[in-house]
Amino acid sequence: MAIFSVFVVNKAGGLIYQLDSYAPRAEAEKTFSYPLDLLLKLHDERVLVAFGQRDGIRVGHAVLAINGVDVSGKYTADGKEVLEYLGNPANYPVSIRFGRPRLTSNEKLMLASMFHSLFAIGSQLSPEQGSSGIEMLETDTFKLHCFQTLTGIKFVVLADPRQAGIDSLLRKIYEIYSDFALKNPFYSLEMPIRCELFDQNLKLALEVAEKAGTFGPGS
Amino acid sequence: MTVHNLYLFDRNGVCLHYSEWHRKKQAGIPKEEEYKLMYGMLFSIRSFVSKMSPLDMKDGFLAFQTSRYKLHYYETPTGIKVVMNTDLGVGPIRDVLHHIYSALYVELVVKNPLCPLGQTVQSELFRSRLDSYVRSLPFFSARAG
Repeated sequence: MAIFSVFVVNKAGGLIYQLDSYAPRAEAEKTFSYPLDLLLKLHDERVLVAFGQRDGIRVGHAVLAINGVDVSGKYTADGKEVLEYLGNPANYPVSIRFGRPRLTSNEKLMLASMFHSLFAIGSQLSPEQGSSGIEMLETDTFKLHCFQTLTGIKFVVLADPRQAGIDSLLRKIYEIYSDFALKNPFYSLEMPIRCELFDQNLKLALEVAEKAGTFGPGS
Repeated sequence: MTVHNLYLFDRNGVCLHYSEWHRKKQAGIPKEEEYKLMYGMLFSIRSFVSKMSPLDMKDGFLAFQTSRYKLHYYETPTGIKVVMNTDLGVGPIRDVLHHIYSALYVELVVKNPLCPLGQTVQSELFRSRLDSYVRSLPFFSARAG
């Protein structure tokens, strides 16, 4: 039971706020000896597993850390290139942590505008008159809930499929947006939200919703 | 409760079959364009969902709903996609979509040597069996369509 993340998308499809509230750990750490029995590949500035699925390490997982040192992109935190480091027999045995690649801020921007268009297509392909866009999208690992206001702002919440009470949370986020972003004299419309009070209250609302929704029926 | 329409796509995006029952609004574009738009949307949703997911997925995308309808999605490992639009009252119908694939499409189209794969299904038997199966579903209402 959890709420994974919150997105706020403006009426043009631009991402103006994003918060990762909870990321489930799906990571596997393993110690390897020299010839590495996984095929790693550079993809989108990240080192991904291309072949050799085993022990919870899946194809598409990224290298997250080497010997406990975090990896960002294709370099480790201490500036070594990952593929070069792993290609050198002198560095073995080496312990590598794999996991699902985390979204970069660029990808989040792209996904937000992608959802904006999916939302519009969803309403165009409707077999019924007067349909809105996508309000809830269901997969086996998460549910995406979306609320579009009359002014075109979209609030998107990603949550566990069993988490209840997301509809009221979306209204609450709209209220927080109106109170702490719109009423902030330094906030300009349609622009990224950088308001401390908005942050604080949103986090509070997420906590309350997570606790309240735990025992409810699946929404 | 009611069933609006059903699309069947192959892995290349060809619309193998389309039928509708209680559809009140057309998309306002030629049918061929509509199939392409639908396939394109599903293709994008699939990639969107696989990027957004916090965990590794098994079945992936299952359904979405708007204020007026619900789209159910089922994909086989071979890339055949069964898409059914119903109203909001219908729960998970993965088994129904799987039945359409395994008992109707595979039996009457794949195993039929006269049905070339990868293009619109011409088989009258498939059409009529599919129609009677959908009409027999418990959530298919008898409202005049």
